[in-house]
Amino acid sequence: MTVAVDFRNVDIVFGADQAGSLALIDSGATRAEILEKTGNVLGCAGASLTVHEGEISVLMGLSGSGKSTLLRAVNRLNVVSRGQVLVKDGDGTVDVVTCDEATLRRLRQKQVAMVFQQFGLLPWRTVEENVGLGLELAGMPEAERKARVKKQLELVHLDQWAKKYAHELSGGMQQRVGLARAFATEAPILLMDEPFSALDPLIRTKLQDELLQLQAELKKTIIFVSHDLEEALKIGSHITIMEGGRIVQTGAPEDIVLRPANDYVRDFIANVNPLSVLTAWNVMRDRRDLEHGKDGWVWLDRRKTTRFKIDEHGLVAAAERDGKPAVWVSCADVEGQPEEAAQVFWANPGTSLKTVMLAMHRSQTAPVALFDDQSRFVGAIGIRDVLSAVLRR
Amino acid sequence: MDPISKFLSDQSHRIPIGPWGKAFFTFLTDNFNTVFRAFSNSLNFLLDGIVDGLLLLPPVLLIALIALLAYFLQRSKGLALAVFLGLLFILNQNLWKQTVETLVLVVAAAAASMAIGVPLGIWAAHKPKVYRFMLPVLDLMQTLPTFVYLIPVLTLFGLGNAPGLIVTIIFVIPTSVRLTHLGVTSVPKSIVEAGEAFGATKRQLLWKVELPSALPTIMAGLTQSIMLSLSMVVFAALIGAGGLGTEINRALGSRRIDLGLEAGLAIVVLAIVLDRMTRIGVGGKK
Repeated sequence: MTVAVDFRNVDIVFGADQAGSLALIDSGATRAEILEKTGNVLGCAGASLTVHEGEISVLMGLSGSGKSTLLRAVNRLNVVSRGQVLVKDGDGTVDVVTCDEATLRRLRQKQVAMVFQQFGLLPWRTVEENVGLGLELAGMPEAERKARVKKQLELVHLDQWAKKYAHELSGGMQQRVGLARAFATEAPILLMDEPFSALDPLIRTKLQDELLQLQAELKKTIIFVSHDLEEALKIGSHITIMEGGRIVQTGAPEDIVLRPANDYVRDFIANVNPLSVLTAWNVMRDRRDLEHGKDGWVWLDRRKTTRFKIDEHGLVAAAERDGKPAVWVSCADVEGQPEEAAQVFWANPGTSLKTVMLAMHRSQTAPVALFDDQSRFVGAIGIRDVLSAVLRR
Repeated sequence: MDPISKFLSDQSHRIPIGPWGKAFFTFLTDNFNTVFRAFSNSLNFLLDGIVDGLLLLPPVLLIALIALLAYFLQRSKGLALAVFLGLLFILNQNLWKQTVETLVLVVAAAAASMAIGVPLGIWAAHKPKVYRFMLPVLDLMQTLPTFVYLIPVLTLFGLGNAPGLIVTIIFVIPTSVRLTHLGVTSVPKSIVEAGEAFGATKRQLLWKVELPSALPTIMAGLTQSIMLSLSMVVFAALIGAGGLGTEINRALGSRRIDLGLEAGLAIVVLAIVLDRMTRIGVGGKK
């Protein structure tokens, strides 16, 4: 995977005494100590993070944790005090911290686009003029610009509103204009600074869904700042949690939920519904950890109610439940199956925990098997695995 | 008397502010007299030329043209009619020549103070340090009694419309600087950052983001400049600028209530006409 943005030991300090503050950072001082001794505000310290192409990387934290500060280093809206921010530019990379003004402008016009929490639309311009802002600044001829803007407005379903002024639109629509403006430059990297925080919950959910749909098509690299963990878990392929200007944990959403690095992260996830994050893969027991019997039989659960006979290719040859032959059925069809004791459900690694639980419910708490893409048996989920994941024990 | 007060009020210890100032202006008149006079002569020539040119037109035609301009600026038939009737009233009071002289002076002063004040205001808005140095100078220009700087302007530029224009500009510039500064510094940070984030150059940021956003405030500065210029008309008349101010000074000198009332009302009418005509972008299109 190609790296799109690479933060390397980024320190950001706001204030005059840069050298003094950096020395304090090196000695491990907290933000409060630095403020007291130098009068400077620590934005972020020692932040290293790699964002790959096509990812949605979410920076999470409470307000003041440095997440926006770090994001804004990518297009140098915040000046980095020390460290490197490498941004992919064509075939090479550019260090945004040290590049000259002309390079920075080119990056901002062509490589990195941004969506703001307060939308940042120009109120005296119409919707289409706002969407065309980046192209206009880059000096694109008007005819070409109009065509590009029209396409973008159709993408976010605002083509009817092209001639309206930005302030005539609702908040959700204004942020769609913000999105269209960012997409219009066709920059591969998108910075989103709490883009949906100012919207009411229903609109927020809708725009999240739309963003995910657009992303499935456009495959941008998105760095997304949020203080809402549900939002982060929903849209993030990676989540980075920040506290007091420092990165506390980086990982896939389910890593964060299953293995929080410290109490700060644990507090964060305390109110998250694990069902919305976890998949079958996260809770299964590997086949090697299961109890093996004779002739290729494997017990799926600790209570020994259900077993599979696995052939030499790793495929299931026979199933038995409570000593009687059983059939194995995909979880995907769980809704259509009659409730009966003679079936065992199987899931894919990506199947949601919710579906797995539904399958258990339908099969009178039988364990659920896990098959890979080639239908090979990889592991099983018993009821205790589900309970311990949900209760985080 | 206590020793400190005694020491300070001893006239041999007096700080020679007055003599210094006098010496400075004497130095200017002695060495650059021709420069200042040439400047004021050409300015007088220009202003008188414009006034004479406008007076060549039949008054009713000029009034109709101004009413038409009012319509094009504000797209309001009511306003055009009011402008037309107001100016006809002035004509009826036999003050048309003086009104045209005042109008030219006021428009020239307002235009010059915008032309100088807006760039200064932008500069000050971008450089807080510059503004800190500018602020006391602006305060001085606005609070120093007008009569005090009438004297040096008179000695440097002589009598006429040109010195009248110059004192008016000195009095009015601070307003356009201040309002431009206010407008540019209060551009919302979010839209400035939006411009930067999409790769605007400094110049693009100024023309495409800052100035459009500050425009209503800058236009309020224009309206204010015109109003303040009008209020200076009477003072400017003291050093030979013509127009309605001369009439008012004459009325004062000869205690003519009737003349004073007529000229005073003409200024009020002119003020209202100019104010309504120049309200561009202030609470304008929605």
